[in-house]
Amino acid sequence: MDSTELWRLAVIIGLTVVTVLTRSFFYISSKPWNLPRWARRGLHYAPIAALAAVIVPETVMTQGHLIETWADARLFAVLAGAAWFFWRRGKGQAVLGTIVAGMAVYLPLHMGLGW
Amino acid sequence: MRSHYRHCEFRQGALDALAAAPGLAAWGLMMGVAMVKSGMSTFEALLMGSIVYAGSSQLAAIPLLMVGAPMWVILATGFCVNLRFVVFSAHLRPYVMHLPLWQRLVSGYFTTDISYVLFIRRFPRPGADAAQRHAQLAYLAGNCGVIWAAWVGCSVLGVVLANFVPVSWGLGFAGILALLGILCSLISNRLRLLSAAVAGSAAVVAFALPFQLNIVVAIAVAVVVCLTLEKSAAVEADEI
Repeated sequence: MDSTELWRLAVIIGLTVVTVLTRSFFYISSKPWNLPRWARRGLHYAPIAALAAVIVPETVMTQGHLIETWADARLFAVLAGAAWFFWRRGKGQAVLGTIVAGMAVYLPLHMGLGW
Repeated sequence: MRSHYRHCEFRQGALDALAAAPGLAAWGLMMGVAMVKSGMSTFEALLMGSIVYAGSSQLAAIPLLMVGAPMWVILATGFCVNLRFVVFSAHLRPYVMHLPLWQRLVSGYFTTDISYVLFIRRFPRPGADAAQRHAQLAYLAGNCGVIWAAWVGCSVLGVVLANFVPVSWGLGFAGILALLGILCSLISNRLRLLSAAVAGSAAVVAFALPFQLNIVVAIAVAVVVCLTLEKSAAVEADEI
C-alpha cells in the first residue's frame, strides 16, 4: 500500500493506450468507408442514450440497488437542475445553471439532512 | 495549431466548454481524492490523473488495480467502459479523415463525451471545404483544451488535497449534473426524449452486468427502439 509498483504504472500506461484506441477507433484505417444508413440514423439517438444510461443509475441507485426512499438528495438535485434548464429554455449558460441549481439543492439536503 | 488558436471558433469552443467545466472540475477533484483514498501512491495517482483521461474507465480500473487483478482484465474492462467512444469515433470520422494519422490519434485522445456532444451540436455536418474544416477543428481544439485543463488540473489538485476534502461532501455529483444539462440540451424531439427514457431504464435494469456493459446495452436498446418507431411512424427526419 502507498508504494509505487512497476506493474501498476504499466497498467496506467496501458489504460492510456486504451483511451487513444477507443476514441480513435474508426480514425485509424484511412480506407474509404461509410456508415450504413440505419447506423447514421441511430447516431441521432445514441448520444442522449449514453448520457441517460450514465445519469439515471447514478441518480436512483445505491451500490447496485434501486433506492427505496424519496429522501435522497440526488433525486431533488436532478429535478432542480432540469427545472432550471427548461425554465431558462436552454438559453445562455443553461448547463452551468443546471449544475449550480442542482448543487444548491443537493448540498444542503446531503450535508445538512444527510439524505 | 497556432491558426486554430487565432480562429474565432476556438473561442466559441472554449466558451461552450466553460459552461460544463465547473461540474467537470468538481468531478476531477473527486477523482483525484478517490484515487488516493483507494490506496494508490501519490505518484501513481498523479500519473493516472494526468494521462489516462477517461473518468469512467479510471473509476472502473481503480478497484481492480488495488486487488491486483491481471493486467488484461483491467485493460479489457477499460475498453468495455470506453466502448461508447468507438461509436463516437465512427460518427466523427468524416470530420477528421483529411488529417494525417498522428493528428487523428491526438484529436481522438482529447475528444471526451462532453466535447463530442457539444461539437456535434454545433456542427451537424462535416465541413464541405477547407475553411469549414478549419473552423470545426478550431472549435474542437478550444473545447477540448478547456475540458482537458479543467479535468487534469482538478485531478492533480484532488490528489494534493485528498487529505482535506472528505468524499462524503459528494462534490462528485456536480459531474452528473453537468451531464444532465447537456442531456437536456439534446432533447429536440419526442423520440430523443424516448431514447433517454429507454436508455435510463435499461441501464438500471441491466446494472448487474459486468464491466459497466449495462451502458452499452442501454444505448443499443434505446437506439433500436427509436429506429423501429421512426420507421413505423415515418417521422420527419430532423437534424441533430
